[in-house]
Amino acid sequence: MPPASPRVVLVTGVSRYLGSRLAAVLSRDPSVERIVGVDTVPPTAELRTAMGRTEFVRADIRNPLIAKVIAEAQVDTVVHMNVIATPSGAGGRTAMKEINVIGTMQLLAACQKAPSMRKLVVKSTTAIYGSSPRDPALFTEDVEPRSLPKSGYAKDAVEVEGYVRGFGRRRPDVTLSLLRFTNFIGPRIPSTLTRYFALPVVPTVLGFDPRIQLCHEDDGIEVLRRMTTEEHPGIYNVGGPGVLLLSQAIRRLGKPSVPVIAPAVSLVATAFRRAGLVDISPEQMRYLEHGRVADVSRLSRELGGGPRSTADAFADYIAHAATGTRPFDPVRLAELEQRALALLPSRRPAESGAVHA
Amino acid sequence: MPEASNSAAPLGKVIPLDRRPAPVPVPDAPATPVPDWERKVAHGLAFLRRRLTGDYEVDDFGFDSELTENVLLPPLRPLYDSWFRVETRGLANVPDTGGALVVANHSGAIPLDAVMTALALLDHHPAHRHLRMLGADLVFRLPVVAPLARKAGNTLACNADAERLLTAGELVGVWPEGFKGIGKPFSERYKLQRFGRGGFVNAALKTGVPIIPCSIVGAEETYPMLGNAKTLARLLGLPYAPITPFFPWLGLLGAVPLPSKWIIEFGEPIETAHLGGPAAAEDPMLVFNLTDQVRETIQSTLYTLLMQRRSVFF
Repeated sequence: MPPASPRVVLVTGVSRYLGSRLAAVLSRDPSVERIVGVDTVPPTAELRTAMGRTEFVRADIRNPLIAKVIAEAQVDTVVHMNVIATPSGAGGRTAMKEINVIGTMQLLAACQKAPSMRKLVVKSTTAIYGSSPRDPALFTEDVEPRSLPKSGYAKDAVEVEGYVRGFGRRRPDVTLSLLRFTNFIGPRIPSTLTRYFALPVVPTVLGFDPRIQLCHEDDGIEVLRRMTTEEHPGIYNVGGPGVLLLSQAIRRLGKPSVPVIAPAVSLVATAFRRAGLVDISPEQMRYLEHGRVADVSRLSRELGGGPRSTADAFADYIAHAATGTRPFDPVRLAELEQRALALLPSRRPAESGAVHA
Repeated sequence: MPEASNSAAPLGKVIPLDRRPAPVPVPDAPATPVPDWERKVAHGLAFLRRRLTGDYEVDDFGFDSELTENVLLPPLRPLYDSWFRVETRGLANVPDTGGALVVANHSGAIPLDAVMTALALLDHHPAHRHLRMLGADLVFRLPVVAPLARKAGNTLACNADAERLLTAGELVGVWPEGFKGIGKPFSERYKLQRFGRGGFVNAALKTGVPIIPCSIVGAEETYPMLGNAKTLARLLGLPYAPITPFFPWLGLLGAVPLPSKWIIEFGEPIETAHLGGPAAAEDPMLVFNLTDQVRETIQSTLYTLLMQRRSVFF
């Protein structure tokens, strides 16, 4: 086996947030000779600067041209991060499916033909496990989901994983790392979930309180970096250990929530999409009812550690993200508590400033 | 197993929220003794603040022990102490620590028997153990019920969850008769139904924990089910719709359980550790035999308890 360190890395979806972050991290790694970033749209000037010595190639992975890029640059490691989660990010559901499924097929076809290929890292999602009341509390990597996702991003991801497995069979010499990420959270990452928590009043589904699991953006990038530069073949759930209940997360955030009755949820979601606030897809609505938690112990065994806990990731998000007004800020509620305690008779005298917290 | 503690056990540490004010130091000796009611007010306020700011821990299954102990269970204690006057026997058969599987008979139209068993173990067992119960998927499909069930520490009755909880050293409760037991007519009271497919024995064998047979007398008479409105049940997507002498005729009043006298007996543990671990779980005959053994034990204990019982209500 040749040394693990990759020479030429190709990153797809490099004009998106996570892709550009990974390119930036890799460009600071001297052991990586070249980084080629591919996307259909050029990155913004800001992302471009952050990406350092990454060479940007404007190419569509749906186009056989990608094979030429891989062959000419002698790419040995491909990081596929171009599976898009929201239709609004791709210009409609049809275009999104094209990019996700046809794009992956083309990319894998090109990889299969390239003799230089040594490693493939694919960013997938735990959404492939679906979300239903019949699921085990934690999904391990080898669990059979009870309800396969029928639409949207999750279905695309299921198909992408199918093609990736096919590639793995045809090129057993290529190290294959398939990463199923939980929802991302963090101060800067734009995602459905961060937009959802940034709403002034957070809508929930009446009578349901799902367990949520989060992956901090920095930890996600670190996992991607290690998977790219080291040898860790296999399928891994990637996310923070532990869970938060959705209600608990909203309370920690200090925002009011409004429960919406289940039949009206899709109406409300459509209204939010029209208003350009947040794009909640049908499978994410099911997520808001039943939640989804993955067992991340395989990853932490493999890497000797892993992302910080869900609670810590969320605390960092609260502390550093622009989350708007927070009427029930924990600090403010603690002050109120102290003020109420000060009214108790035995604490009223001047010397009793101290209270039991 | 370090990875098990990482994923399945509740996170033992308290994760501080950013920007929370530093705790105010408690004075060594207050000048005047603080009256009891004030202490309670302070406790109540702190509890309220913790709840409102999300400053509490839940484990991977969504179990919220603080909520369970302070909010969900207290309203049920009068039912336990005064209404059903539950008598427990053999609590010493339940280990103080480590995983164990409590297997019990199921009856009474709504799962009051499960709740009372959980209360018995929390309040009256010397180690005050939480019973983590395995429920049907219907429980986790219903709005309001689903999140409450999770917060009370219950999870779906599937082998993955059972093994995960048992490996983490939890006390797990299972009612293998399921809907066949809880929704059976009054004429069949105290006749155990089929014990599922023996999935619970599988879980115990794989994790090597003892099985504790648990026999509950009294729950059958809380809602004597005379009929089953099958059409209504089908319409509502429920496994059965009970008709009792009082329900639905008396409306909400008819939904009050009859004050039967309860006995919950925990039997001798059936050890599984010596049977060969995961390999033994692959032996269907062993699983069937063990399932039958547990079932027979519970059935014969039920008959003994019924003989000893003076009347249904005293």
